[in-house]
Amino acid sequence: MAHHGEQHYNLEQRFDFTAATKKSIMTVLVIGAVILGLGIVLAMTGGGHDEAGEAGGHAFHWYERLYANLWINNVYFTGIAIVGVFFFAIQYAAQAGWSTPLLRVMLSFGYWLPFAGILMVATFFLANHDLFHWTHSYLFDKNDPQYDSIIDGKGAFFFWPMAKGTFPIFFIVRMVLFFGLWVFFFKKFQQISDQEDQLGGNSYWFKMRSWSAFFLIFFAVSSSISAWDWVMSIDTHWFSTLFGWYVFASWFVAGLCAITLLTIFLKGKGYLEMVNQNHIHDMGKFIFGFSIFWTYLWFSQFLLIYYANIPEESVYFIERLTSDVYGPFIFVNIGLNFFLPFLVLMTRDAKRHGVFLKLVCSILLVGHWIDFFLMVQPGTLGHNGGIGLMEVGMFLVYGSGVALVVLGGLAKKNLIAKNHPMLEESYHHHI
Amino acid sequence: MERDTHFILGVYEDEDVLLHAVEKVRSNGVKIHEVYTPYPIHGLEDVLGYKRSRLPIAAFLFGMLGTTLAMTMQFYMMSFDWPMIIGGKDYAAFPDFIPVGFEMTVLLAAFGMVGVFMISSNLKPWAQPRIFDIRSTDDKHIMAIDIANNSAMDLERIKEILKSSGATEINNKSFE
Repeated sequence: MAHHGEQHYNLEQRFDFTAATKKSIMTVLVIGAVILGLGIVLAMTGGGHDEAGEAGGHAFHWYERLYANLWINNVYFTGIAIVGVFFFAIQYAAQAGWSTPLLRVMLSFGYWLPFAGILMVATFFLANHDLFHWTHSYLFDKNDPQYDSIIDGKGAFFFWPMAKGTFPIFFIVRMVLFFGLWVFFFKKFQQISDQEDQLGGNSYWFKMRSWSAFFLIFFAVSSSISAWDWVMSIDTHWFSTLFGWYVFASWFVAGLCAITLLTIFLKGKGYLEMVNQNHIHDMGKFIFGFSIFWTYLWFSQFLLIYYANIPEESVYFIERLTSDVYGPFIFVNIGLNFFLPFLVLMTRDAKRHGVFLKLVCSILLVGHWIDFFLMVQPGTLGHNGGIGLMEVGMFLVYGSGVALVVLGGLAKKNLIAKNHPMLEESYHHHI
Repeated sequence: MERDTHFILGVYEDEDVLLHAVEKVRSNGVKIHEVYTPYPIHGLEDVLGYKRSRLPIAAFLFGMLGTTLAMTMQFYMMSFDWPMIIGGKDYAAFPDFIPVGFEMTVLLAAFGMVGVFMISSNLKPWAQPRIFDIRSTDDKHIMAIDIANNSAMDLERIKEILKSSGATEINNKSFE
C-alpha cells in the first residue's frame, strides 16, 4: 500500500457545513420564498378573470397552480434523492472501484427522502381533486352523467380493496411503502457504512453488495410504479408502457448532475483530494450517456404515438404541442436535455474540466425540471399553467431546502469510506 | 559500415522496467521509433509522449455524413422520387426519418472510424507487416530505435543507454 509515496490522503475528513455556506443557501431560500409569495399574490389578485366553466364547469383557482408546483418539485427532488441511493447501490452491485471516494456523496442525497415522503403524502391530501382527476367519486358512479367507463376500469389500481371512488387506499399504501422501504434501505446502507468506518474489513463490502442487490430489485419495480402513480395518473385516460423508464431516465440524469455538482463543489472547498479528472470524466460520461438514454426513451414514446396515431394515445402530445403555453417548452426540453449535453459533452476535454461540466449539470438540472413541468402541468392546469414567478420561486425554495438537508446530512459522517476495500484502486483510476 | 542496419532493438522482460526505460531513453535524447508489446500496457503512450488520437474527429465527421446521407435519401425517396403517405403523415414526416438517420450515423461513424484507423496504422490487407521481433507476440517487449532518426548519436552510445535502462538483449534489425 505504501509503495507509492504520493498517496497520503486525509481519510478522516468531514464536510464542514460552514455558516457562510448555510447563509448563502438561506439567501437563495429567502429569495425563492419572496418570488413564490409574489407569484401567489399576483395569481390571487390577477386570477379573477379566468374563463370559468370550460373544462367540465370547473373554475380555475390560483391554489391549483401552487399544488401543481408542489407536486412537480416533490416528484423531481424525490427522484434526485433516490437516484443518489440508487447510484450508490449500483456501485456495489457492479463491484466498481473507481467511485469509492464518491460513495458518501451519492448516499448523502438520501437524507432528503424522509422529507420528500412526508411532503408527497401531505401534498396528495392537500391537492387531491385539484391535481388528480381520478379522485372524483362521480367518475365511478354509473348513474352519474359524468360516469367515466375508462377510469372506472382503472379504478381498482387506486382504490382496491375499497370501493372505487372512496379512499384511494392502494395508491396511498404504495406511496407509503415505497418511501418507507427507500428510507429503510438508505438507513441500512448508512448503518453498514458506519460499521465499516468503525471496524473495517471486507465483510461489510459483501454485506453492502447483498443489500444493494435487494434494493435494486425493489427499486426497479418501485421506480416504475411510482412514475405511473405520481405522474402518469394525472392524465388518467392516457397510458404509455415505457413511462416508468422515461421518468426514471429523467430522474437519473438529474441525480447524476446533482452528484457531480456536489462533488465539484466539495473539491472546490478542498475536500476529496483523491478525486481527480478521471473520476470527473467518468461522471461526465454517465451524464452524457444517460442524456442520450433519456432522449432515446422520450423519442421512442413520441415516435410510436405519432406513427400509430391512435387518438387515445396521441392526445398526450396534442395537448402539449398545440398549446401556446407548453408547445415551446417541448422544444426547450429536447434542446436542453439532448442537444446541449450531446454537443457540449461530446469531447473528452469537456468531460474532464469542471467548468464545462458545472455549466452543463446546472442547465440539465433546470432542463429535467422542465421535463417534469411538462409531465405535470398540462394535465392539471391546462392553459392556466406556464413558467412564472410561482414556478421559479418554488424551484428555488425546494432546491435550497434539499441543499440544506443534504449538506447537513453530509456533515454528520466521514466524507470518505475510509475502510472501503477498493479505496486504493480508486486512487489509481486512470482513463 | 555500421550504418547498414536500420534499427536497434532493445528487448525488455518486464513492463515496469520498460516504462522506466522509455522515460530514460527519451530523456537521453534518443528518439524511439515504436515499442511493441504482447499486450496493451497502461501509460505507455504517455511516457512515449504520443499525442492524443484524432480518430474521434474522423468518427464525428463520418457520423455527420451518415446523418446527412440518411436524411437526404429518405427525404428524396419519400417526398420526390416516390411520394407516399404513410399513417396520414406529411410527405416529409421528419420524425419517421430519425431511426434510419440514427442507424446510418452509427454505421458510417463505425465503418469510417475502422477504415481511417486501418489506413493510418497501415493495416491494409495487402500490407507487408514489418516484424521486428516475433517474440513481441509472446513474452518480450521490443523497443525499436530507427537509426536514421538518431543520426546525430553514436550507435554505441544508444546501445549503452538501452543496456543501462534494463534491456536484456540488444539486436540489430534491417528490412529490405
